Amino acid sequence: MSPAPIAPRGGRFEPRIAHRQRVGRVFHGLCLGAVVFGMLSLVVLIVDVSADGLQVLSLDFLTNYASRIPDRAGIRAAILGSLWVMSLVAVIAFPLGVGAAVYLEEYAPKNRLTRLLQTNIANLAGVPSIVYGILGLAVFVRFFALGRSVLAGALTLALLILPVVIIAAQEAVRAVPGSLREASYGLGATRWQTIRHHVLPVAMPGILTGTILALSRAIGETAPLIMIGALTFIAFDPASPLDAFTVLPIQIYNWVSLPRQEFQLLAAGGIVVLLAALLLMNATAILLRNKYRNEL
Amino acid sequence: MARGMGSAAMTARADALTARRRLVVQERLIGALLFGCGLVSVLTTIGIVVVLLSQSLGFFGEVSPVEFLTGTRWSPGLSPQSFGILPLVNGTLLIGAGSSIIAIPLGLATAIYLSEYAALRTRRVVKPILEILAGIPTVVYGYFGIMFVTPILRSIFPQTQIFNAASASIVVGIMILPLVSSLSEDALSAVPRSLREAAYGLGATKFEVSTRVVVPAALSGVAASFILAVSRAIGETMAVTIAAGMQPKMSLNLLESIETMTAYIVQVSLGDTPYGSLEYRTIFAVGLMLFLITLAMNLLSQRITRRFREVYE
Amino acid sequence: MTTPTADTALEARGLSVHYGDTAAVRDISLTIPKNRIVAFIGPSGCGKSTLLRCFNRMNDLIPAARVSGEVLFRGQNLYAERVDPVEVRRQIGMVFQKPNPFPKSIFENVAFGLRINGFKDDLAERVEQSLRAAALWDEVKDRLDDNALGLSGGQQQRLCIARALAVEPEILLMDEPASALDPMATSRIEDLIGDLKRHYTIIIVTHNMQQAARVSDQTAFLYIGELIEYSDTERMFTNPEHERTEAYITGRFG
Repeated sequence: MSPAPIAPRGGRFEPRIAHRQRVGRVFHGLCLGAVVFGMLSLVVLIVDVSADGLQVLSLDFLTNYASRIPDRAGIRAAILGSLWVMSLVAVIAFPLGVGAAVYLEEYAPKNRLTRLLQTNIANLAGVPSIVYGILGLAVFVRFFALGRSVLAGALTLALLILPVVIIAAQEAVRAVPGSLREASYGLGATRWQTIRHHVLPVAMPGILTGTILALSRAIGETAPLIMIGALTFIAFDPASPLDAFTVLPIQIYNWVSLPRQEFQLLAAGGIVVLLAALLLMNATAILLRNKYRNEL
Repeated sequence: MARGMGSAAMTARADALTARRRLVVQERLIGALLFGCGLVSVLTTIGIVVVLLSQSLGFFGEVSPVEFLTGTRWSPGLSPQSFGILPLVNGTLLIGAGSSIIAIPLGLATAIYLSEYAALRTRRVVKPILEILAGIPTVVYGYFGIMFVTPILRSIFPQTQIFNAASASIVVGIMILPLVSSLSEDALSAVPRSLREAAYGLGATKFEVSTRVVVPAALSGVAASFILAVSRAIGETMAVTIAAGMQPKMSLNLLESIETMTAYIVQVSLGDTPYGSLEYRTIFAVGLMLFLITLAMNLLSQRITRRFREVYE
Repeated sequence: MTTPTADTALEARGLSVHYGDTAAVRDISLTIPKNRIVAFIGPSGCGKSTLLRCFNRMNDLIPAARVSGEVLFRGQNLYAERVDPVEVRRQIGMVFQKPNPFPKSIFENVAFGLRINGFKDDLAERVEQSLRAAALWDEVKDRLDDNALGLSGGQQQRLCIARALAVEPEILLMDEPASALDPMATSRIEDLIGDLKRHYTIIIVTHNMQQAARVSDQTAFLYIGELIEYSDTERMFTNPEHERTEAYITGRFG
């Protein structure tokens, strides 16, 4: 055994604790300031938009079509178009997304191919929305000759939010405890029977929450729909998925680009309606999430 | 009697076998169906690549890639036609940099505050507000930029143009701040408590623990969040289209209007450029460029995140 | 045992720690003599770690914990109003149960405490001294720039000890320092602790009674937050005063 070590001693220290604590307080203040900036931005944004937008809100505003005359302009076509598109997007993206998630979590072998699939989905989630617009234009509008229709727009947006739905659904399915599956298999159930009767029901609240949040992203998307040709001046109610259409964000964009002050106010009105719709969707999703958490 | 029961038993067994076989077939069909769902994402990627590449190849048949990548004049519509993409890249990167200057320091500071300083009650209030900020559609940010931010900028700097890069940078910065903040906070929270305790045990102040132990330990995750945020800013369309303008130029002046790659694509779509013309096909070439840039950044970010996870899991 | 003398390093007076309504430590008073090793033993949840953490104000980091009573160090109450815990912690160092080196180089780990406390002399020399004192120098002297996480568990713990020694604490608090290590590494740590006694006052929490018997000069037995018995180690293990102490020592409850 080597001789006992010599303890380090006799060094000169200048801890300057008061100074260091002062620096720490400044830093704390700066970080708090950053948080306040974020909060304030939201408040200012909402107040600014509402101050202008609420002036314009009226029943006429909601039921009129777009018009060159500001007093007579409304968001009727835009609202209907958004409703049409969102319904179709939900119908397309939900089963596809849940199906893919179930496949990845319950069926896919843990090999390189599956990991590639997973990475691919993560990458797709990060592709700019306008690239999806280009895709939709070439494939749905041109190649499948759907024209600038509600269907083409819905398919494009469905592809856009599909990765988000898949990732959220995967998380929800993964959260289902393995013991549940084991119990089901133990009773002789097949894989699909287990999934359908045990896994999916338990995962459904989480899946729905994720889907609603994904849909709330889709409702605000503008660029992809501009790409596939959603028009900015529609004066009729779309009656079929193959009709031309417009959506609320595009109507807003159109009004913002017009020089006259009155149109800016109309844009703000459209924004208020859009934000209200978003608030509704997010509140639903959060309520669902909380109910789900409490039940666990 | 026995024969009767025997044949009934055999029929029952045959029925059971058919039922079982049907179940197996059904299982296989469902498995295939679900696999098909998974394939959709593969098809999407293939679709994007095929569309962008095939149309761009057609474009590059007529315009030299060298001129495209190095030219400093972008004028596909007005003669003399010029296809140098650098002004658009300049605009895109300018917004990317400008928004990062806001989002990265403020986002990281917010993350540090939430992870190291904030009480549980504060976090419960702040985090949802940041999520709301992240969920606001980009048209709304565009509106906010041009109706609120630009007038303020113009009152401070009278030489500011109505469409300018600064307003767009500010609103895009606010838009991506929650992304930086939430991803960085995840990374900071993943740093084990024991490291903080070790630092406190040596007589470190909270500031020192946060900046000299926690953030360095979470560096990969934090860096990945930065890259992802910049990638979002680069792909951002409507806010810059509305607030930054449609004048492609090589300029670092934030107070002037510029044009980003994304805004250009929108501009062409809204116009009446004939489909199939060379000018129209610029959409695909610019789109390809945009796709490659954001893809590279996303892959880099994923790689860094993977390395970070290896250290702590 | 509990009356302070000139050779007292640390004294606890009426120390209690409450989490909400539950008391983890109840009204404990004891003195820790200089240059001795005192072991805190007791069953899980008896409050020995909580008590240990009172001595360098680490319980301050837990918002739910309320500490009452006094801890006297060099005549001063560490829990007095104007005492900054940051000041306390350089002089009363801590080694934790699971080795927790920073994800930095071996050199930077030891240098960290020196840098933040404004060490004015030769940094590299002090790092070497500390690593020698922790019996780690020979094993790492050629790879000081390597990441500390590449060391074995026992080496990491010795690094943590070196890190703590570098800033010249008077007292070393060790919270089950060897419980996460294999037997060989454990015995090296125990030897090291025995050697360190010459220069430091050491308080060690351990759930391993044999370790307490091997290493410490004095032992305190805690049970549900109370100090049951506190005496010379040899006496406690051969002839304990209290029935409960005897029951614990003979393994009748864990």
